[in-house]
Amino acid sequence: MKVCSRSDLETLRAKGLSTLYPSRLKVSVGMATCGLATGAAAVYDTLRDEALQRELDLMLVATGCLGYCQQEPLVEVRMPGRDRVLYARMTADRARELIAALAEGNLPTEGALAIIPEEKEPPAGSKPAGGLPRLNELPFYARQRKIILRNCGLIDPTSIEEYIAQGGYEAMAHALLDLTPEQVIDEVLRAGLRGRGGAGFPTGRKWQVCHDAPGQPKYVICNGDEGDPGAYMDRTVLESDPHSVIEGLTIAGYAIGAHEGYIYVRDEYPLAVERVTQAVARAQELGLLGENILESGFDFNITIVRGAGAFVCGEETALISSIEGGLGEPRPKPPFPAISGLWGKPTVINNVKTLATVPVIINRGAGWYAAIGTENNAGTVVFSLVGRVANTGLVEVPLGLTLREMIEGIGGGGLNGKAVKAVQTGGPSGGCLPARLFDLPISYETLTQAGSIMGSGGMVVMDENTCMVDVARYFIGFTMAESCGKCTPCREGTHYMYEILTRIVEGKGTPEDLDLLEEVARWVKMASLCGLGQTAPNPVLSTLRYFHDEYEAHVEEKRCPAGVCRALIRLAIVPDLCNGCGLCRRECPAGAISGEKKKPHTINPELCTRCRICYDVCPVGAIEIVR
Amino acid sequence: MINLTVNEQPVTVPEGTTILQAVRAAGVELPTLCFHEGLAPYGACRLCMVSIAAPRHALVASCAYPVEEGLAVETNSPEAVSARRLALEFLLSRCPQSEVIQEMAAQEGVTASRFGTPPPERAEELCVLCGLCVRVCREAIGAAAIGFIGRGMERRVGTPFDIQAATCIGCGACAEICPTKAIKIEDRGNKRILHTWHTTVELHKCPQCGKLFAPEPMAFLGEMFPEIEEQWALCPECRRARTAQQWVEQRFTSPA
Repeated sequence: MKVCSRSDLETLRAKGLSTLYPSRLKVSVGMATCGLATGAAAVYDTLRDEALQRELDLMLVATGCLGYCQQEPLVEVRMPGRDRVLYARMTADRARELIAALAEGNLPTEGALAIIPEEKEPPAGSKPAGGLPRLNELPFYARQRKIILRNCGLIDPTSIEEYIAQGGYEAMAHALLDLTPEQVIDEVLRAGLRGRGGAGFPTGRKWQVCHDAPGQPKYVICNGDEGDPGAYMDRTVLESDPHSVIEGLTIAGYAIGAHEGYIYVRDEYPLAVERVTQAVARAQELGLLGENILESGFDFNITIVRGAGAFVCGEETALISSIEGGLGEPRPKPPFPAISGLWGKPTVINNVKTLATVPVIINRGAGWYAAIGTENNAGTVVFSLVGRVANTGLVEVPLGLTLREMIEGIGGGGLNGKAVKAVQTGGPSGGCLPARLFDLPISYETLTQAGSIMGSGGMVVMDENTCMVDVARYFIGFTMAESCGKCTPCREGTHYMYEILTRIVEGKGTPEDLDLLEEVARWVKMASLCGLGQTAPNPVLSTLRYFHDEYEAHVEEKRCPAGVCRALIRLAIVPDLCNGCGLCRRECPAGAISGEKKKPHTINPELCTRCRICYDVCPVGAIEIVR
Repeated sequence: MINLTVNEQPVTVPEGTTILQAVRAAGVELPTLCFHEGLAPYGACRLCMVSIAAPRHALVASCAYPVEEGLAVETNSPEAVSARRLALEFLLSRCPQSEVIQEMAAQEGVTASRFGTPPPERAEELCVLCGLCVRVCREAIGAAAIGFIGRGMERRVGTPFDIQAATCIGCGACAEICPTKAIKIEDRGNKRILHTWHTTVELHKCPQCGKLFAPEPMAFLGEMFPEIEEQWALCPECRRARTAQQWVEQRFTSPA
């Protein structure tokens, strides 16, 4: 079938609704990469096999990621006429029990996390059955507002019909059939959408420049080369809701006058590549991509390019060079890609999340979107909340929320009740902000002023067991390894900063090293060619600014206050606490621990490599880190 | 024409000029390593950094930044001077043996580097990774016989797989353009040995003057200019003389 009109879309919508809300039992398993990593595939197989064996009439679906990664694998059960129940941390064994219960018509509450409300606004005062909270009442979800992740985990990502049933491709139809390109740009401009790749350039303005730029053909590129350690927002969107990106890209193409789009996906995201490839093929098959889309006269095609493994290819000029078949290296700007980009032609590059937002803006209007968030920082952003925090996962919040609401509210505070010391935002080139700044509202400007960046949305929480010097060294190590080496400051500077930081964590640093470190860091930030080098020193500069005392302890007292830096700590057994169980002795890879059974053990500091395995395994907490 | 100021001195230059060209037109010196007027701007060495005060405040690489109306360029702002010095100090630390770098650094007041010396295996390093050789080979010669390998501090220039470059014509432009004399080329008998590229090409004897010259013109040049195809067998000097002679003859024999 070819979709030629809005009524054809309606036909597909009806089909999508019938699988989204079937009149028979439906079980959905979250099978994005995060779910698969925790064993969702085995859960899925067990559910299928058990249902077959028990001859249970069941519609089994693989969905994407709901964001609550810590609770994966997540399984949702929808029994007609009953509440939709979400089960957390599902195992194969529990899946077997679940099928047994379902076969008897029971909806167990054991292991259930929440009810997924089907109506947008549940009637006031109503309580779901079984005393379970609604999903949006869980602390993790209560402050979230899902726009970018609107369909993630709720629809089958391989079903274009389900995407359409959720209002998908309506915005594209509206743009192509009712609006001029100028009107589309105006809408996005008035919505106040800013680039969600991290720099926050107004999307509408970028489109406007490209629209006005002379030269044909024009191109539009989706940047899905997400590479920050600990960040996986783009991967999730591409895996869980690929059509939202395709629709956004097509609208962007229409707005700027491009007929060719590219989706550049990191090749280390095989499932994202597979899902987006499948989605593009399906959209082409239905005529939602290709020639004369919806008989509007507009042609648009999408090519998928798999990134070749360089972090710097997330930088737009390097990404363009990579698509052209050249080395993934940045070039000086100006000219900006909107004037001279791919093959020297006007090109718009937008992040996955930016494009996924566009259809919502077109559907609901600029005013609706602009009212979310704060002035100049409209809308929502997605963070991957990770590290030493109680609740980890993907979190979408309106801009303007404070870091405290994010970490203590959504994140539930520090892991195991420990006090949170700092948070690092914006990936490897972000800065570390101390707990005393947690009342800062999250916006592009406040984060930059505080010495960090919005970046693509990594948020790493740190507690007293995190050494800030070690953290700075880790991130500089990352940017050093990923620096392409083209410009002097980034190549030589990141390498030298890593050398200094290594000296410091090894207890060989001097107070002069701190001045030198800061001087080099400022130069790399100021003089580097591209965004990678210009932001790489942020972890160093922000930790020097907010955690100078930790640096001083390292260089002056040769002490690591967090007890992390191996050269500066010693492990010892507290005789009064040790019960002589021998576990540490057996686990020690260096054979450094000795002692008789049921008598206090000792550690030979000559042999000890300070790997801390004994510290982690000791059941009575008898191992002490001497700082 | 575009009006700007360089160190408060007004300059007028054509549109499309870079800040570096405007600075030089104003008679102000700026060191560069990766810049060459015959090649596209590259912006890698970061020696030519200047401050722009208006219309916005920024530190930019002047070689790659096009002039704008009303631009106020400052070549000796504290940021620009410090950026230049640090770049030279790091290059000095990378290539302590390079006389060119030593001289450039001294000009900016840098005589020693605080950033250590290269590891023993790179003690003799002369390459500053300015990329001129790679770019001249690709952009001007069209051979693309060499390219960058590796990234970060591992970055270096080489031929594919570090063996004889299949597309090298032995023109020697790479060695000629190298600002730090890092590329070793030697003519021995009828061979030109490009030591740095593990490549040897055969020199040809000019049928006209008998001098040895390097070497096979690329096939595509012959295709591009079929009218002078037979001249590709001549050495560059004889070819130049022959071409000039032909032009003169054409000029005086064909009606204007």
